[in-house]
Amino acid sequence: MNPAPTAAVPRLHPKVRLQRDDVRERDVLLYPEGLVTLNPTGAEILALCDGVRSLAGIVAALEQRYAASGLERDVTSFLDGLAAKGLVIYGR
Amino acid sequence: MDARPLWLLAELTYRCPLQCPYCSNPLDFAGSRFKQELTTEEWSRVFREAKALGVLQLGLSGGEPLLRPDLESLVATAHEVGLYTSLITSAHRLTQDRLAALKRAGLDHVQISVQAADAELSDRIAGTKAFRDKLAAYHFTKELGFPLTVNVVLHRENLHQVEALIGLAESLGAERIELANTQFYGWAFHNRDALMPTKAQLDAAWQVVLRERARLGSRLEIVWVLPDYHEQFPKPCMGGWARAYLTVTPGGEVWPCHAAGRITTLTFDNVRDRPLEWIWHQSDAFNRFRGEAWMPEPCRSCPRKAVDFGGCRCQAFLVAGDAGLTDPVCSLAPQRHVIDAAVARVERAAAARVEPAALTYRAAPASRALAAKG
Repeated sequence: MNPAPTAAVPRLHPKVRLQRDDVRERDVLLYPEGLVTLNPTGAEILALCDGVRSLAGIVAALEQRYAASGLERDVTSFLDGLAAKGLVIYGR
Repeated sequence: MDARPLWLLAELTYRCPLQCPYCSNPLDFAGSRFKQELTTEEWSRVFREAKALGVLQLGLSGGEPLLRPDLESLVATAHEVGLYTSLITSAHRLTQDRLAALKRAGLDHVQISVQAADAELSDRIAGTKAFRDKLAAYHFTKELGFPLTVNVVLHRENLHQVEALIGLAESLGAERIELANTQFYGWAFHNRDALMPTKAQLDAAWQVVLRERARLGSRLEIVWVLPDYHEQFPKPCMGGWARAYLTVTPGGEVWPCHAAGRITTLTFDNVRDRPLEWIWHQSDAFNRFRGEAWMPEPCRSCPRKAVDFGGCRCQAFLVAGDAGLTDPVCSLAPQRHVIDAAVARVERAAAARVEPAALTYRAAPASRALAAKG
């Protein structure tokens, strides 16, 4: 699968819920008959997927937050991985 | 190892309008052990305790969970505490209004069973006219925006319909179809010889699954639950005893899986008497086969023990008479010959075109009769 274009707007598939797992002190994605454990960075990326921000916008927000650059590749590969599982969908 | 559960199967009632002869419910479901169903308040407490214990996924099952008039309220509580809720239903008499109410209460996912790809066979297996309700329910489940799973139990009577069943799920816009080859517990164990397919039937169906997976890709997830009697190694049942799953029965007993209640050598605790957390960590039923210390040979020295956890305790009990033995499905198990004999009996009968014995349908009178017989 090719990486998503930076203008694409990622969001969670409607079947997926981002849920705090208090007991294990982590965030998880819940969906029919499954779950994906998120690390803090992953949870932060998904929190920015509001259905409005583009991939480029999400990367810019994170780079600003951490005064970093070159995050595009990591963010894209994380979201593409979830998209391949059908958990994230890209709109425009 | 994370010693906390992720999954709770809540069997809200054993009442059911369908009579499928492979039902996984206990043979004595109509007996006094399960009669006194938990109240709304008791279930709500179970859901809260389950979440506090680590559970994230909740299956609302039965019997037929729609027969509980408080289902909407139970879904609302489960949603409020943060559980991802799946309704596992036959959809019998389910209306669009009721499903919409369940959606408003926070239901996340709907799984609707179908017994075959056409009305005639599906209704015959269900023992009642149910197919038409199901088709209607599939459509409004999608209209309401739910993710949909089509659940099918496979056996000798319907394995030839795998392609049509996948086609049905595809045409409905389902996300998943679960093709579960009959696992022989409960009523299925009682009806085993009549339900078990031949190897040739299984091979043909598996070829269809492979072809359809390639054709459909990520459009439809096709889950194939292995016919374990025909396998070389046992399934990693429940991901290991008391590692990730628990089942609460209609009467409040807590089991490590939905078949475990049949194991007469275990003591089961009840949510009416004990907190769920105590039961998970301290009870006999959960501790007896947790980890690896209980394992006999050939499991104890086998590298596969980390893969299949010795297989299924319920199967060891049903087939080999001792829940503490290696799953007899394992080709290394001393009792494998019992499985081989059951498979060979079916193959011989099929080759000679002998009709299988009549099925015993799952119904309260049959349940009471079987319980009386012991």
